[in-house]
Amino acid sequence: MTTAAFPPLTKKDFQTDQEVRWCPGCGDYAILAAVQAVFPELGIRRENFVVVSGIGCSSRFPYYMNTYGFHSIHGRAPAVASGIKIAHPELEVWVATGDGDALAIGGNHTIHMLRRNVGIKVLLFNNRIYGLTKGQYSPTSEFHKVTKSTPFGSPDRPFNPVSLAIGAEATFVARSVDVFQSHLKDVLRAAAVHKGSAFVEILQNCNIFNDGAWDGVTEKEARSEHVIMLEHGKPLVFGKNKDKGIHRKSDGDIEVIALGNGFTEADLVVHDAHHPRPSYAFLLSHMEHRPGFPTPIGVFRAWDDLPRYEDVINEQVRDVIAKKGPGDLNKLLRAGDIWEVK
Amino acid sequence: MSTLTDVPTGKTKREVIEQAVIRFAGDSGDGMQITGSQFTNTVALYGNDMATFPDYPAEIRAPAGTEPGVSGYQINFSSNEVHTPGDSIDVLIAMNPAALKVNVGDLKPNGILIVNADAFTEGDLRKARLTTNPLDDHSLDKFRVFPVELERLTRAALQHLGIDAKAMDRCKNFFALGMCYWLYNRSMEPTVRWIEGKFKKKPLLAEANALALKAGYSYCEATEAFQISYEIPPAQLTPGLYRNISGNQAIALGLVAAASKAGIRLFLGSYPITPASDILHELSQYKDFGVLTFQAEDEIAAITSAIGASYAGALAVTTTSGPGMALKTEALGLAVMTELPLIICDIQRGGPSTGLPTKTEQADLLQAMFGRNSEAPIPVLAPATPGDCFWITVEACKIALKYMVPVIILSDGYLANGAEPWQIPKVEDMPEFSVTYATDPATYLPYKRDPDTLARPWAIPGTPGLEHRIGGLEKQDVTGNINYEPLNHENMVRIRAAKIQAITQDVPPAVPAGDQEGDLLIVSWGSTFGAITQSVKAHRGKGRKIGHLHLRYLNPFPENLGEVLKRYKKVLVPELNMGQLSWMLRAKFLVDAMGLNKIQGRPFKQNELDQKIEEVLGL
Repeated sequence: MTTAAFPPLTKKDFQTDQEVRWCPGCGDYAILAAVQAVFPELGIRRENFVVVSGIGCSSRFPYYMNTYGFHSIHGRAPAVASGIKIAHPELEVWVATGDGDALAIGGNHTIHMLRRNVGIKVLLFNNRIYGLTKGQYSPTSEFHKVTKSTPFGSPDRPFNPVSLAIGAEATFVARSVDVFQSHLKDVLRAAAVHKGSAFVEILQNCNIFNDGAWDGVTEKEARSEHVIMLEHGKPLVFGKNKDKGIHRKSDGDIEVIALGNGFTEADLVVHDAHHPRPSYAFLLSHMEHRPGFPTPIGVFRAWDDLPRYEDVINEQVRDVIAKKGPGDLNKLLRAGDIWEVK
Repeated sequence: MSTLTDVPTGKTKREVIEQAVIRFAGDSGDGMQITGSQFTNTVALYGNDMATFPDYPAEIRAPAGTEPGVSGYQINFSSNEVHTPGDSIDVLIAMNPAALKVNVGDLKPNGILIVNADAFTEGDLRKARLTTNPLDDHSLDKFRVFPVELERLTRAALQHLGIDAKAMDRCKNFFALGMCYWLYNRSMEPTVRWIEGKFKKKPLLAEANALALKAGYSYCEATEAFQISYEIPPAQLTPGLYRNISGNQAIALGLVAAASKAGIRLFLGSYPITPASDILHELSQYKDFGVLTFQAEDEIAAITSAIGASYAGALAVTTTSGPGMALKTEALGLAVMTELPLIICDIQRGGPSTGLPTKTEQADLLQAMFGRNSEAPIPVLAPATPGDCFWITVEACKIALKYMVPVIILSDGYLANGAEPWQIPKVEDMPEFSVTYATDPATYLPYKRDPDTLARPWAIPGTPGLEHRIGGLEKQDVTGNINYEPLNHENMVRIRAAKIQAITQDVPPAVPAGDQEGDLLIVSWGSTFGAITQSVKAHRGKGRKIGHLHLRYLNPFPENLGEVLKRYKKVLVPELNMGQLSWMLRAKFLVDAMGLNKIQGRPFKQNELDQKIEEVLGL
């Protein structure tokens, strides 16, 4: 792999000659644009990027990125990507996946990749629906949601992808939104510099099968009133007039308080994304399910002190070679008790 | 213990014999596998040819003293060539009534039966569901029975060490082993050395086990219990350096050797499963060879991580058994579609479903051949013996890398755990093979093929200018771009099939052992090689015109196979399944192949083959 200086890359360098085949108006276009905008900024040679995906609308992503790419099978992208990363730790490996791919059929691989802290960036396109199979409910669809496969409403309770990732003790967990371009790019940049596993949930609209999936976040009114931006070192304040915030109660739980009437910003939780333990981030990840609480976006957790899995594995190899010297095949074949027949 | 070992030699007779079969049987916690493998190592080092058959239950510790908990280890050792662990046994060591009950049926009349007399209390008999004590009821009259108080004698020998009774009792298998060493005039030295290494950090246990071993030996010498001992001279093997090797060890070594020869990294993605896990254990030790082992979260991640590693330029491997193969099915199709090199080791066991996890079977052949959606051909190779597992693995790696294909190796539980003396090759004498990664952006296209092998180029991430995308969707030939056109699809399906057929150029022609034409051709594959070889030899010795063709390549077949089949009046295919190879031969060559099918989780016995051959020949 070459590491010498190279001419700066542009967005165009990451575009392929393949016709993009998402439905017109799909949120995936915005995500593709953001990724193609951020990759050239990272100072990484194009040939060192690998984009891996599973199956689903989101998983067509690699075909549109002019990097190395692997469109694998349903749910298995984290495992394919882990193999690439272990075999070749210097590569910059990104996974594009969806709510069905990463949380239903591939849920097992997702949690295990995160717990191992393999240095892979995961972009989970969450549109709360199965798009490519034309409209069945997904693991993130709302309870009681009416879809093609749930005409009487979904009996399933949904996963919160951010909670799940934090529960698996992922070292970087963030959320952004397809249409919040500049926020999305900031989050992608933060994920890119994280050494360990980085998990980014991207709220994405499917204008064909689940239009308005995230209206509660993206509509103008909602955006200012019901979304809280997580910024490390800053108080958790939200609302059009920045007049509400998150307060830590004496029992450890959180509540929404209105500023004024004796409460000031000093009473609010100051966001600490770098906390070594995941419990605080988990508490934040659950707030959107509670009445009156906003939906947090931004970086929930970015704690990068854990060694990466691929480094641990490769270090073991280097350590043994340093101690024993490189293996001698003739010696290995002759290990143990041997005898000669004359 | 010098007082015991220095007992002067008594008046026992020593007889020189050609061959013997010995079986250690006890509770799965009695250390029978260790006892058996120590005996194996000792006879191998002495220079006998030998074959082994470890047979153990799926339960780690089934209720003590019961029949399901019986674990056995059989060794056939000889001054001549040995091909099987033997049909019947000359010496049985039974550590309890259950072990006696399960195994005594295989003991030859007048065979030696050593039983642990301390384990024949009423309670022990009840656990084995015996109503009378076989030591008293004359049911064992046709054998030479030696009841030995293994526990009492072992405790007596170890008493001065100050360890508890339980720890002393755990040494009794070595007492029995010491007796066997005396019986066959073997040195205790290799086992003592092994004990010292094994219990390096527990010197007291090392001393206890070594003492028990020596006490067993001295007991025979002092009591003249057997009145006879045997001498089996070394076998005349091909000159060279030898070691004892099991099939799983041989696969692990073959993988390391192949990666080393090809000059690339070895990556193993694996999920533990019986009887394949030992390959994972072995490879995880070889870090000094740069081997990367990844114990995945499941069978699917095991193979898909290997596919990822292969995409990144490693020699990638996944190891499993039948149920794991079933889980890997979809990913196998991905490897076919992306045309990446990959080695899949299926160490077959009894099935379907969980089946008989620790017992052998050859019933995954059709799964390996066809167990995928749509047209997804994969080369299939099968080793014949434990030692051949090394060579078949090297050949499989060579094919995978040369043709850019996944390759399945079909071993089985019998080969995996069985051991034989193996002539160690010199690395310099092994076939060379090289790997070339694509580097030239001017000529690179992801699916542009080599005209001879139809292999596509291997361009690994990190190579400037060769950025490309692959995946499970159908490709346009040459460019590798997604393509759904009808004629392109048919073309690609045919190319993928032609590529597997092209491997035939590297498959040695079929040459039967024995008669090159005649009354009967026996066609076999996999672990049945030894038993069939022995049976064919016996029949040809009687003047019968029989050929034996053992197939190591099951897909593609050797090019001349159809022609060979026609040279014989009859074709018999013995298999440990319902007739999967005969099904393939009948389908491809319209030959009236007959089957000899055994599905008992056990290998063929020679007499089963002998009888069938006589029946087929009309004798």
